[in-house]
Amino acid sequence: MTRRYTARAAVTAERDARGRTRCTRLRSDGPLALRETAGAVYLVGAAAGPLGGDVLEIDVEVGPGARSAVRSAAAAVVLPGDGVSRLAVRARIGAGAHLDFAPEPTVAAAGCDHRSVTEIALAEGATLRLCEELVLGRHGERPGRLHSRLDVTVGRTPLLRHELRVGDRHDGPAVLGDARAVGNVLLVGPGLTREPHSEEGLAVLPLAHPSAVLVTAVAPDAALLRRRLARGESIAQVAASATGPAVAAASS
Amino acid sequence: MEEVPAALLLLADARLPAGGHAHSGGLEPAVTARAVTGLDDLRGFLRGRLATAGLTAAALAAAACAHAGVRPHRWRELDAEADARMPSPAQRRASRAQGRSLSRAARAAWSHPGLDALAAELADPHHPLVLGAAAAAAGGTPRQAAAVSAYGAVTGPASAAVRLLGLDPLGVHAVLAGLAAEVDDVAREAAASVEDGAEDGAGWGVLPAPSAPLLDLLAEAHVHAGLRLFES
Repeated sequence: MTRRYTARAAVTAERDARGRTRCTRLRSDGPLALRETAGAVYLVGAAAGPLGGDVLEIDVEVGPGARSAVRSAAAAVVLPGDGVSRLAVRARIGAGAHLDFAPEPTVAAAGCDHRSVTEIALAEGATLRLCEELVLGRHGERPGRLHSRLDVTVGRTPLLRHELRVGDRHDGPAVLGDARAVGNVLLVGPGLTREPHSEEGLAVLPLAHPSAVLVTAVAPDAALLRRRLARGESIAQVAASATGPAVAAASS
Repeated sequence: MEEVPAALLLLADARLPAGGHAHSGGLEPAVTARAVTGLDDLRGFLRGRLATAGLTAAALAAAACAHAGVRPHRWRELDAEADARMPSPAQRRASRAQGRSLSRAARAAWSHPGLDALAAELADPHHPLVLGAAAAAAGGTPRQAAAVSAYGAVTGPASAAVRLLGLDPLGVHAVLAGLAAEVDDVAREAAASVEDGAEDGAGWGVLPAPSAPLLDLLAEAHVHAGLRLFES
């Protein structure tokens, strides 16, 4: 049995006259079901996958001054199927607006062939928290192919262009080593550390852009990856404190 | 490549006095972490570095070579594209340090308006930009600039491996010879990514940007390493 979904979901959040954020558009489509809760918009998988052959798109628009959070209800297991599966996430974040985009991990199953692109366009003064976690295969299996690309721009300036290619010739001691899970948290906003920090499986990397930090981590499993990213995020946010761990590490 | 200008060979030569010998391309911290201990690990390390940081740099070098003859110059924008592809501050520093050294060596060797404009616009441009502009000055094509860049992405760490691990130089060169076809593939992919990208900057955004999470982690760990032979 084969199936192919072409689906396009959309979320728009806007700030109303009283300063509150309202979800003015919530469009579910095929396997991409969106549900609004008090704290966030949830992506609820209405079907397994993505499967090979699926083409899925999610558009997120956060109007000037609005605040939006996007989550997912469960990990997305990328499965083989009829050809390449594709997922595109495009977000536009207006001036003074904030997007917190943190879905559950993507699991690259054996035999999958997946491409994902995430394009985030920030207006000046917009802020962002973006989490990406990738698990390389289900229990005891090697992952198929997965290419993901993240492009984040502020106005016309590139802030981060970051691809991960899994399953061709890209493993080995320079790229992923023995890691079974890899992930990033990108933070854009005021008050972040400018001091890099590194420890086992974790690095906190201030980007060339003066208010952006990439937390990057690898781990033998998804649970430890989540803990490392959370720790990295807390280190990234202690810039205001002169006695924070990142500062202490730099002076030792 | 039916014809290879001798000037281009100078640019690919490890004896070029451009400070490359001070950098191991992440190999020293990988050795310190015992992730690379012998020839097999070295092959895997070089292959992964080539496919990630190597491809990213080769594409930027090809774009820079194509841009070197174009007016007005938009080096600052290409430099920002390089920044966006290097999340690690230690790697950005290493790239700019090597760019500065190469710029000095290349401008002593060749006079070229693109190379001069790059030096005038940026005090310490990223290494792939200088390499691309120098390749243009040496009479090379974007494809050749990508080849020199991809070749350097593996030969630098390979010579560092001889010093760090005391490996047999013949064995290391056999590893490099075994990777030659992959170096060509990467150079081809890098140059192809620029072809539709125009010389004037349109299309720079879509240039490849494959990352190597472990290289990013190792680069930062190396900054705090007590005893080191190489700057990066």
